[in-house]
Amino acid sequence: MSALATLKRRQSRLAYAFVAPAVLLILLIYIGPMIAVVLASLTDYTLISDYWEWVGFDNYIKMFGDAQFGNALRNTAVYAAVFLPCAFVIPLWLAISIQKRKRFRSFFEILYFMPVTSTLTAMALVWSALMDSRQGILNEWLGNIGIGPVNFLGSPEVVLFSLAGISLWAIIGFNMVLFIAGLTAIPRSLYDAARIDGADHPVDEFLRVTWPALAPTSVFVAVTSSITAFKLFDTVAILTQGQPAHASEVFLYLTFLEGFEYFNMGYAAALSVFFLGVIFVFALIQTLMADRAAQ
Amino acid sequence: MARLTLTDIKKSFGETQVLKGISLDVQDGEFLSLVGASGCGKSTLLRIISGLEAADSGRIEIDGVAVDQATPKARNVALVFQDYALYPHMSVAQNMAMPLVMGRLPMRARLPGAKWLTPGHAQTRRDIAAKVQQVAEQLRIAHLLDRRPAALSGGQRQRVALGRALVRDPSLFLMDEPLSNLDAKLRVEVRREIVELHRKSGLTFVYVTHDQVEAMTMSDRVALLQEGHLLQVGPPGTLYGDPASVDVARFIGSPEINLLPVRAAGQGLQLAGQVLPVASGQPAGRDMMLGIRPEAMRLAGTDGAGGPAFELEVLRHGVEDLGGELVVHGALAHAPDMTLRLRVQKGPDAAVPLHLPERFTAEVPMAALLLFGADGQRVALGQGAAAPVEVPA
Repeated sequence: MSALATLKRRQSRLAYAFVAPAVLLILLIYIGPMIAVVLASLTDYTLISDYWEWVGFDNYIKMFGDAQFGNALRNTAVYAAVFLPCAFVIPLWLAISIQKRKRFRSFFEILYFMPVTSTLTAMALVWSALMDSRQGILNEWLGNIGIGPVNFLGSPEVVLFSLAGISLWAIIGFNMVLFIAGLTAIPRSLYDAARIDGADHPVDEFLRVTWPALAPTSVFVAVTSSITAFKLFDTVAILTQGQPAHASEVFLYLTFLEGFEYFNMGYAAALSVFFLGVIFVFALIQTLMADRAAQ
Repeated sequence: MARLTLTDIKKSFGETQVLKGISLDVQDGEFLSLVGASGCGKSTLLRIISGLEAADSGRIEIDGVAVDQATPKARNVALVFQDYALYPHMSVAQNMAMPLVMGRLPMRARLPGAKWLTPGHAQTRRDIAAKVQQVAEQLRIAHLLDRRPAALSGGQRQRVALGRALVRDPSLFLMDEPLSNLDAKLRVEVRREIVELHRKSGLTFVYVTHDQVEAMTMSDRVALLQEGHLLQVGPPGTLYGDPASVDVARFIGSPEINLLPVRAAGQGLQLAGQVLPVASGQPAGRDMMLGIRPEAMRLAGTDGAGGPAFELEVLRHGVEDLGGELVVHGALAHAPDMTLRLRVQKGPDAAVPLHLPERFTAEVPMAALLLFGADGQRVALGQGAAAPVEVPA
């Protein structure tokens, strides 16, 4: 009996030894920095001074009274409202049309996926050239059909739409591939059964078979795209730097400004904690929905 | 209730011709099995009958009306799929109601949320629910109506698939290997239930299977397909006892029929140095195949039906004890490369092991012989048997 107990103890010690490296890495890379950010958000630490002290929730109180914070949230919301529906519907539509094709299917798949493989920071410069208010080719085309010129990146009313367009270009291929994978997993016999049962109209077929079967994929695409929308940073940093008149100052760019331009690390940390909270909510929705779908 | 007529149905996928001209008549209320090895084209034929697939040429008629161009919906056929193809996101009740919802409600009443927006169809909805309830009770799945397919066992899913097919009162009831995903015991049970369902409903059934036992036990008639051709269509007994060709004889029956190469000799058939007293009526020297069903042979000395018979010396290789009977694997004593299978009844006391010597004599009644020509077609046996002649080896 005691020999068995010793064996059990030795085995569990061995088990802990095996998981220890993974646990250490997770602590070091994920948990540690998160705790550090939360702690930093409770201080008035700046990059230009060694002196700091605990300020409690002052940073958070400041945040909710900050006009720039409100502006950044509003910009992010407008951007997401343009970006999200398109980032969902366009790839879904493309996936369904491409999946039905017999010829050129892989050609279209590669074509739409290409932007995903490119470096967005580099491509952003190409987009800035295309969208230039004077020499940009987009304005030349618009001019040909009698519209414009549009100041894509310089007009406060347009800039968020332009940024959403660039992000869409970069994400459509990725979401499309996710939807194609979801569509491929639907058994052919379900469509056969639907036709036998009389659901041969495309609308019925979509509503009764395709859409319900795609539900888990849809949740995944919606949530990851929402996180992507909230994480918008690189194109803003390269193309507009939050201009004109703070019209493209989105949440993550504001955090960057506070931390690395104004050196208010404590305040930036508080913004990061808020950001973390939002992402956490999205991830929670995803996990709960995925669990429900699995059942 | 419908009569199905197929005329010269052909179908190719790319270079491969899957169906090479199938003509078939299924009577009103008949249970017809399409049986054949995998890849013989039986499932394709079923899909063509259902309208899921279009034939390259040929005519399909239901009750004398050509339906070649009609959609599955217009043909009003029901199809039970091998994997059941239940909609995983719908409850059992919704699954079963699907054909009725599609058939009786207009598009605007089928859209999401239409239940509250189009109150005019409440009566239709109640009718559909009542019909589903009635069929579910008939199939004893009424207590499962609220569940999702994922929460059902294989047998229950099978019933739901049958229910979904039954609610619409189809003209044709088509089934594509519906039992192949069930375990052996359940398969026998559901087999009986489907036969019962056919008897009660009086519908025309077309049943696809690769399992000849299913085809034999369930159908009024069996259609045997091989490589896109119909080999023979007839009642199960006819295919078994009176096969048109060696391929039919080989496919139908388990264990497989014994086929021995023989050559017509003056007095009878020469089988590896032994001349069998079987008058073939064929010119001497012609090569043929002699078919003997495993259960047609009996051990010499045991009681059996009378009539003329001849004897074969058999070397025992192995014995499978099936409880009530034995399957004996062996070979001809004087031609060990010719293997034989025998099915031997054990007699009244199955617990007593039947002793079978290493070398024994099997008796083959003349009446049980099937003779096939070199081309595989059946050859009628001549009348009158000569006395056995021993030929020195």
